[in-house]
Amino acid sequence: MQPLRLWEVVVVELSGAEIVIQCLKEEGVEYIFGYPGGAVLHIYDALFKQNDVKHILVRHEQGATHAADGYARSNGKPGVALVTSGPGATNAVTGIATAYMDSIPMVVLTGQVPSPFIGSDAFQEVDTVGITRPCVKHNFLIKDVRDIASTFRKAFYLATSGRPGPVVIDIPKDVTDPNIKIPFSYPKKIKMRSYNPVAKGHLGQIKKAVDLMLAAEKPVFYTGGGVILDNADKELVELVQMLGFPITSTLMGLGAYPGTDKQFIGMLGMHGTYEANMAMHETDTLIAVGARFDDRVTGQIAQFCPNATIIHIDIDPSSISKNVRVDIPIVGPVKSVLGDMLQVLKDGKQIPGSDAISKWWKQIEEWRGKRCLKYDQNSGIIKPQFAVETLYRVTKGDAFVASDVGQHQMFAAQFYRFDKPRRWINSGGLGTMGFGLPAGMGIQLAHPKAEVAVITGEASIQMCIQELATCKQYNLPLKILLLNNGYMGMVRQWQEFFYDGRYSHSYVDSLPDFVKLAESFGHVGMKIEKPGELEGAMQEAFAMKDRLVFMDVVVDPTENVYPMIEAGKGHHEMHMSPGSELV
Amino acid sequence: MRHIISILMENESGALSRVAGLFSARGYNIESLTVAPTEDPTLSRMTLVTRGDEAIIEQITKQLNKLVEVVKLLDLSDGPHIEREIMMIKLKADNGRREEVFRLVDIFRGKVVDVTESTFVVELTGKSAKLDAFIKAANEDSIVEVVRSGPLGIARGSKGLKL
Repeated sequence: MQPLRLWEVVVVELSGAEIVIQCLKEEGVEYIFGYPGGAVLHIYDALFKQNDVKHILVRHEQGATHAADGYARSNGKPGVALVTSGPGATNAVTGIATAYMDSIPMVVLTGQVPSPFIGSDAFQEVDTVGITRPCVKHNFLIKDVRDIASTFRKAFYLATSGRPGPVVIDIPKDVTDPNIKIPFSYPKKIKMRSYNPVAKGHLGQIKKAVDLMLAAEKPVFYTGGGVILDNADKELVELVQMLGFPITSTLMGLGAYPGTDKQFIGMLGMHGTYEANMAMHETDTLIAVGARFDDRVTGQIAQFCPNATIIHIDIDPSSISKNVRVDIPIVGPVKSVLGDMLQVLKDGKQIPGSDAISKWWKQIEEWRGKRCLKYDQNSGIIKPQFAVETLYRVTKGDAFVASDVGQHQMFAAQFYRFDKPRRWINSGGLGTMGFGLPAGMGIQLAHPKAEVAVITGEASIQMCIQELATCKQYNLPLKILLLNNGYMGMVRQWQEFFYDGRYSHSYVDSLPDFVKLAESFGHVGMKIEKPGELEGAMQEAFAMKDRLVFMDVVVDPTENVYPMIEAGKGHHEMHMSPGSELV
Repeated sequence: MRHIISILMENESGALSRVAGLFSARGYNIESLTVAPTEDPTLSRMTLVTRGDEAIIEQITKQLNKLVEVVKLLDLSDGPHIEREIMMIKLKADNGRREEVFRLVDIFRGKVVDVTESTFVVELTGKSAKLDAFIKAANEDSIVEVVRSGPLGIARGSKGLKL
């Protein structure tokens, strides 16, 4: 070993606040979405003195977490948010829970009152670690400036490895004191004896699964968000096409397999296609990949895939056999397990190909032939489905699409056929209204040149509408497609079906003039009322490359999302559109 | 079924509340829970008694393992193991009852660890069922207070729950 020469030892002394910023740089953080306040002022001062980490000032802390989330979903890097103590932290909770439910890598920094005040009910004090505990992958309270660097290293490692998720770091104000400086070095490696995510699936199980798949007569792939989170789309496409099996996807998994490919039979579940749900009901071999058997997917558990042997690939052992007992569990990263399956197949397995299951395909094509998503095209009023189809045409199917929650979300999932992963960004697990607009901001920052559309409803958009100001400040040219039916559409639909049409408080009265509202924020507003005007208006909107355009599209207030499986019913018990051949 | 689960976890503030929070959030039953540091001061050992069918216990152990602070976990009920619980019980022991209490303590192989003119404190160790039996045998009127540790458990044989 060479003796160290003195001039090689450079000891940098930094304050806690400077260390926070330095850690973000070490992690390669480009953007931090935040809102200042008393407890984080030292950190904001350190942010001010540098230009590497760019701060995006949102207008509400919920917007900060959703924007960080949208950023993460669209490019796979962890999203980062910075909020102050007390209300800053509580406002961020909805966004943290949203990310938690969909396993999105995110690091949220929350200010905390100075350590000596903790527990004294100080001004803007809440127990952030306590409040966020049930909706984070992990959280930390930093008590010593010397712990900042190692805590950040752990936080980013936890957020991005294994099953990803949000991690909260609560930082008392005194820990970032600019007058206390300590030597800084960022840990290169991190090892946690209590946290070791599985790196590979069990080969014996994988071989067993492959044999079962090759013997299947009515196989179906059922894939979820885990495929996208692990960037396993290439492996998935290769495997599915090699085997020639039909594939359906959850809401969260759309785009992992090309939506326009003939083997794709549409989304499954509560608002899934007839062919996907019937295939689930009839399948003899279900291959679940990175999906978690959510109640919106399974319907009544007792009637779920009654004839199937189930293979389940998931990184999280607790996802396996949680809701549905599976026969062949494979714990491991989706990408690596699918890669191993391909290898096993290539190593001398006889692949029967799609001919072997031609009877099954014939059955599926028969179901598909019923065209369950058909809707009335001649009503003279804009149908929400038509609006999404028009968006699909105008953007050539290649836009990033963020959505809020409700009917418009389902129409977007059904009618915008995503061919690529990370293009469809929505709050699937928590179902957070208000998600779309701020998530769109994060997407646009991650992909400055891309076309980003926000499909929303007049109820959802009002939950985070203040972020239109953020879009103006940072020139984020989102294209907002408001499907305005004057109702909380999904609530209205349930009230029509299950409450004899008693529309209790689901009518959004006293709506603002969205065109003027958009204009008052400095954006372009458009109101579109006739089907014939829609495509032209949309083309005009997307031609304005550097402007946010807010399209207020008046759609049929009585349209419902079909097919629909009532909560607690089986896959084969769907409500069908009145115009469908299945009624 | 009743299960007794041993957990080695990082001895950090907040770790206990993560376990407790997990049980309440997911609606799992928790009968007793004891925790103390081990010979390695960075580790705590927790013993937890819960009830549930096989699927629920499987979920409980998986969810516990998922907690970042949980280092290792063992469901003692899966194999032969020893269980002990300690109880201290304060009994009225005025003139007429002193002999009776002594007899009872003797039968259960307990110890009287504190005496006043009117009360005894009795210490008793054993399986939870034995402690239950003692309480039942003691006259209800004579019980002033009861404190129990909740069961501790260790597997039989040479294997240990260690890092």
